[in-house]
Amino acid sequence: MEINKDRLSKKTLKAIKLRALNLKTGKNDAKSLITPYSTKDDWVIGEIDTPVGLVPQVSTRLSTRDRWGGIKARWGVNRMDYKINPGLYAVGNPKADSHVLVTANYKLTFDMLRKELSGMNLWVLVLDTKGINVWCATGKGTFGTRELVSRLKRTRLNEIISHHTIILPQLGAPGVSAHQVHKQSGFRIVYGPVRAADISQFISSGMKATQEMRQVTFTAYDRLVLTPMELVQAIKPSIILFGILFILNLVGIGPFGLVDFYAYLGALVMGCVITPLMLPWIPGRAFSFKGWLTGLIWALAVNIINGFPVMPVYSTLRAIAYILVLPSVSAFYAMNFTGSSTYTSFSGVLKEMKTAVPAMAVTVTAGILLMIINSFV
Amino acid sequence: MKHRYLKNVSTLQLNADKCIGCGRCTEVCPHQVFEMQDRGCAVRARDLCMECGACVKNCPAGALEVKPGVGCAAAIITGWLTGSEPACGCSNDSSGGCC
Repeated sequence: MEINKDRLSKKTLKAIKLRALNLKTGKNDAKSLITPYSTKDDWVIGEIDTPVGLVPQVSTRLSTRDRWGGIKARWGVNRMDYKINPGLYAVGNPKADSHVLVTANYKLTFDMLRKELSGMNLWVLVLDTKGINVWCATGKGTFGTRELVSRLKRTRLNEIISHHTIILPQLGAPGVSAHQVHKQSGFRIVYGPVRAADISQFISSGMKATQEMRQVTFTAYDRLVLTPMELVQAIKPSIILFGILFILNLVGIGPFGLVDFYAYLGALVMGCVITPLMLPWIPGRAFSFKGWLTGLIWALAVNIINGFPVMPVYSTLRAIAYILVLPSVSAFYAMNFTGSSTYTSFSGVLKEMKTAVPAMAVTVTAGILLMIINSFV
Repeated sequence: MKHRYLKNVSTLQLNADKCIGCGRCTEVCPHQVFEMQDRGCAVRARDLCMECGACVKNCPAGALEVKPGVGCAAAIITGWLTGSEPACGCSNDSSGGCC
């Protein structure tokens, strides 16, 4: 079939604006819109007529604004309010026998999906996951059996399509019970590939997923795009810590200075950036241990930069304090990366924390005490 | 390079007597923990299990069990501090950057 035009004709634009206006004023023209959208949503490029109403047709190309929105979300800017209206959308010119994909209403998720669908004619059913991605929304129950069944009913999908099969992302499976959905709605669920990039091949091979398509990966790039958020999350506790140290300095028991400052920041970067990036190559299995190792390297580096062991600029007591504190700081931030990883289990994280958290508490306390003692010696 | 997490921790349980051999678990598992054998499904690699619960939720025969939970340290810390069940609290900004 012909690839759909991605540019809006003036006529369509006018029609869309008019409809949006009608929606706002409550005036209804002959055909109502199944999924409302804003005139500012420039990724909507037309409308598809169905027996139930008009369905917004979306572009498979990301605009500069879409990309910029994605970058901001990765850095935590407006991340919790980056969503689109749930409902039914069209890609290309889908017909009654076209496939149906189901996804979340996090705009970043939706964008990652539609950019892989160029040249295809499909329906996309967007669930209300409160702007959370598919995997995380399954954990919160928003990408789940109930929402799926009710969304199918509300969009009257059974009146639009002539078959009873819907394709869910495989990572939606922890929230959805396929046999329950079938019982409650009559729709049969096929779990598609993990990654949107594989959808085209999945469909053209008659909805057969290869083992690679079913496997969750965690590549260096996957980890890289997650690190900004790790840094953003680490800033808040760090500012509190700096505040405490500043007050200790003021009252005269804190000897904290520039070296401590960059030593801490380095440990933070080790835990939040370097450990995640180097994850599979760092020895050990527990994230906290991996972070502790990179932090130890950093602690030794700080001491060497400051002249150890030949011409030290500070006392051995302080050097020992760094070796106690910095690896634990890095270990803490690395441990928090378990939540962003794609392969840690609850039981596993709990097990490593039972050892790691007490160890961190003891070493950090001991290190800070040494620093304070050192300032009086 | 393959990621490997802690061994012998998963709470995954398969009741082979109940298995009807539909193969749904092999379809939904993101880490290929299961494989289909002549008599139904079998646990191939328990240590790869991340306890996401996809298999349990989609097993029409109720043959699978797992204690579901999030493998997220920030969520567990929040759970300890607030005395609640560890849950992915990503919608408020107080926990990790996971979701």
